[in-house]
Order: sequence, then C-alpha cells, then structure tokens
Amino acid sequence: MLIKKGAEASLYLEEWHNRKVIMKRRLPKKYRVPELDKEIRSYRTIHEPQIIHRAKAAGVPTPTIFMVDIAEATIVMEFINGKQVKQVLDDFSAEERRHLCCLIGNLIGRLHNRGIIHGDLTTSNMILTPRGRVVFVDFGLSEHSIELETRGVDLHLMKTAFQSTHYKYAKESFGMVMEGYAEARGNEAAKHVLEKIREIEKRGRYVSERKEAEV
Amino acid sequence: MSTRHSAASYCLGIESTADDFSVGILSFDGDVLANIISAYIPEKGGIHPREAARHHAEVAGNILEKAFQKARIKPQDIQVVAFSQGPGMGPCLRTGATAARALAAYLQVPLVGVNHCVAHIEIGKLVTGAKDPVTLYVSGGNTIVSAFEAGIYRIFGETLDIAVGNCLDVFAREAGLRQDEGVPFGAMVEKMASQGQTFISLPYTVKGMDLSFSGLLTAVIQLLHEGKHRLEDLCFSLQETVFSMLTEVTERALAHTEKLEVLLTGGVAANKRLQSMLSQIADEHNARFCVVPKEYALDNGAMIAWTGILAYQHNMTLPVEESFVKLRWRLDEVYAPWVGG
Repeated sequence: MLIKKGAEASLYLEEWHNRKVIMKRRLPKKYRVPELDKEIRSYRTIHEPQIIHRAKAAGVPTPTIFMVDIAEATIVMEFINGKQVKQVLDDFSAEERRHLCCLIGNLIGRLHNRGIIHGDLTTSNMILTPRGRVVFVDFGLSEHSIELETRGVDLHLMKTAFQSTHYKYAKESFGMVMEGYAEARGNEAAKHVLEKIREIEKRGRYVSERKEAEV
Repeated sequence: MSTRHSAASYCLGIESTADDFSVGILSFDGDVLANIISAYIPEKGGIHPREAARHHAEVAGNILEKAFQKARIKPQDIQVVAFSQGPGMGPCLRTGATAARALAAYLQVPLVGVNHCVAHIEIGKLVTGAKDPVTLYVSGGNTIVSAFEAGIYRIFGETLDIAVGNCLDVFAREAGLRQDEGVPFGAMVEKMASQGQTFISLPYTVKGMDLSFSGLLTAVIQLLHEGKHRLEDLCFSLQETVFSMLTEVTERALAHTEKLEVLLTGGVAANKRLQSMLSQIADEHNARFCVVPKEYALDNGAMIAWTGILAYQHNMTLPVEESFVKLRWRLDEVYAPWVGG
C-alpha cells in the first residue's frame, strides 16, 4: 500500500515475512538517460542504509534495515510503531514538550558528532514510540559533513519546521532543541552553530527571518 | 514617420546586468512596442565587466534611439523609466542606471528599480500566460528554482557555486569551440551533444534542493584534456548530467508546492533537451509546461519595462538618491505586491 509519494522515492507499507515493513522504492525517472538513472538510484539505495546504520552507532534510533535490493533500488526496513512528533507536540504539556525537544536536540547533536547531516529535519521525520524513544526516519537527503555551515543549515531547517508547523511554541521548542544539542556536543560547539544559524538567517535567503534576526 | 496617438501609458526599461544592453518599451496593458538588444561579445574568454560596461556606454544612445523608432512614440510619451538595479556586474549595472537616471530626470518622470530575476519571471508569465508557476530560471549568471508564496518569489533551490550556463560556456571554451555572433556556446554544446552516443559518468551534485556545478566542471574538463573521449560524448554526458540535476530539483519543488505550471526561462531555456525533460515532469504532475521564447528568455529590456509597470502601479518608485545598484540583490528579497492581487 502506497503511503507516501515523494518526488524522489515512494514509501509502501507492506507485509514481508510476517512483518509489517516499509518499502522505500526509487522508481526510474524517464527524463534521465538509463545509465544515469540507474547510477543515481543505486547510489542512493546504497548510501541511505549506510547512513542509517552509522546513525545507530552514534546512538540515534533509526529503523532496522532488513534488505537492500540495489537492482530494484528498494530498501526494506522496519515499520516504526508510534506517532510523528508533528502530530503530538502541540498537545503535550509544557513539561513533556521540553523533555521531547531536549531529546530531539540531543539526538541531532549525536548525529553531528559523527559527521552525519540528516538533511531533512522536520517533526514529521521523527517518530515517538509508545516507550518514549524518538526514531529518526528518512535519511534520503542526508550526507556526511563536519562543516559548521552544513550543521547550521541542518538545524536551521529544524528551526523553520518549528516556525511553520508549531508556531505557538516555536521559540521555546527550538531553544530546548539547542539545549539538548549542547548536552551532546558541548556548550562551545553549540554556541558556534547557533551563531552560524543567525548568519544563515541574515544572509537573506529568508527575508522575514532576516528581519527577525536583526531585532 | 507617424507617431502613436493614444491615452495609453508607456514604460521604458533598461537592462544592463551583464553582457547585454537592452531597451524595451511597453504599454501599461502589456503590449511590447520595442525590445532592442545589443550583446557584447568578448574577443576571448568570459565577460570582462569593465569591457562590457564600455560597450554598454557606447551603444546606449543608439539603442535608445532605435527603441523609440521601433515603438513609434516620442520620449515625452514615456510615463515611467525602469532599470535593472541588480543583481549583476557592478560596472554594467551602473552604466544602465546612469542612463536611466538621466532619462528620468530629463523627462521628469518617476524612476523604478527592478530586480533582474523577478523581471525574468514576470515577462515569462506575460508572454506565456502562466499565472502561478514553479519557475526554473537558468542562465549564465543564475540558476534558480522558485515559486511564489506569501508576497515573495521564494527560492526553493539554487546553485551553491557557478551558474549552469557558465558551466556550459566554460566547458565550450576549454574545448576550443568559437563563439559566432548569434550562436551562443550553449547551442554549440547542444549540437555536439545530439551526436553523442556513450554516456560518461560525471559527478552529480544535488544537496537537498541546491545544486553544485563547479566540481562537475572540473571533472569534465579533466576528461577533455585526457583526450580519451569524443567531444560529442562529453557534451552529451555533461548536458544529461546537469539537466537531470535541474529537473530533479524542479520536480521536488513542483511536488512540494503542487503548482499547476512549470515555467522555463533564461538563456539556457532555449535548449531542446532541457525543455523535453521538464515537459516530462510537468506531465507527470499534471502541470502545464511553458517555455519563454528566446527574445524574452535572454536578458532584455522588455522584461524590465514590464516589471517596472507592475511596481509603478504599486507606487514602488525610487528617488534618485536611493537608486544605487545592488550587485547581490536576491530574488527572495523583493516584495511583489502585484502578484495574485
């Protein structure tokens, strides 16, 4: 059953050896020449599970990968039982929200410590399980980098996600994310990234933010 | 020569961001009366800003005169003067701005500063009838995927280093292709590519929604100098790789915004292969594919005049003392109240 059709890949919820699994398929694109199409789809099919695996080593919960089919550009992975952070955050009490955001920040910090950039940090790509774990999913845009700039961009995206989807608590929530981030990476590193985020905002890519950054 | 007699209002637009100096005259209802372009062609290498500016200064008077002749109106019929205020090369921008200020002062009409990237989108909408598209603007100086949202043309993806047109031009020059008048490098690469057969793998760099071409350019130039591949195959592989990157990002923006039109503009828009790739993704998303005709896709004065009219109608005029050029003026810094209203 198709559950999400993206521009780059489609997600299917399937039964696989008596297990509920997510199948991520990268379908061929007709506009590309076949050689390039195959290259891109295989590369990403290999790359994504590798990063998902490295995230685990960093202490960040991610889905278990069951199978990688390079020829079909398909990844079979664990279906995570739980709710998207996006769905629950606004209904939480202030205390619960602080705790959750702090945990998210801590996990992002762990990824960054290992040189992993998620690339699409939004509250819909984080699943809160019934046992209180936060599982990061969709590493489709992830990359390896230890540059301050890419780390800043990664967190900046998280900030804009809060501003657009969780407007009421955006400031407070992102503040807690940064606190959790500092826990994982140290105050000095967190401070540098925060300065970078401000610089990115001032650069004018997003005009309204730039004005906000000026005040 | 007869002169137009009507109560209609006219705007004159001056474009001079890079290698083209152009004057366009439009009526307020969107009729293009004149669109005269003069291109500076370097003896060798790329555009030297100062040399280009000298060209602009030399031709300015003549091009203005030609535009008035073509439009069959007198300078006194002009209600507003618009000019490309940025982004672009400093000396070139300043030459156009100087001409515009002088003309506006002489005619005692208001001056409007226009963002070059906004102008490309607005004229594209005017000539293709697109209302609210995802725009891919690809030229020698810009590579932007944009869509309108809440008052501004938001940038969904852009190049992190050089523009795609620049990438193709530099490769063509390295390969020893010579530019003839009226035949841009891009067209020469396209022709070569059509005879390519073997695809050679090159770096494909899409970072999130942004693109990077500089590493790819270095790689393809290295392969060129190794001399193991046919030039046709290199052109083919280069085109396939860069256009696939552009198409992928445009498709993402289209999927995200769920807009119903795709607009292709800029100098690179003339490429048939790029057109066919984009029209395929437009089809898949049930969107209408619009490509801007060459005359209005290349840098031109008509687009400046048209955007000048839109801004003028929202009282966005510019006092001369604030009319300094903005070399790095971004598309998403422009508040565009005329859209959707």
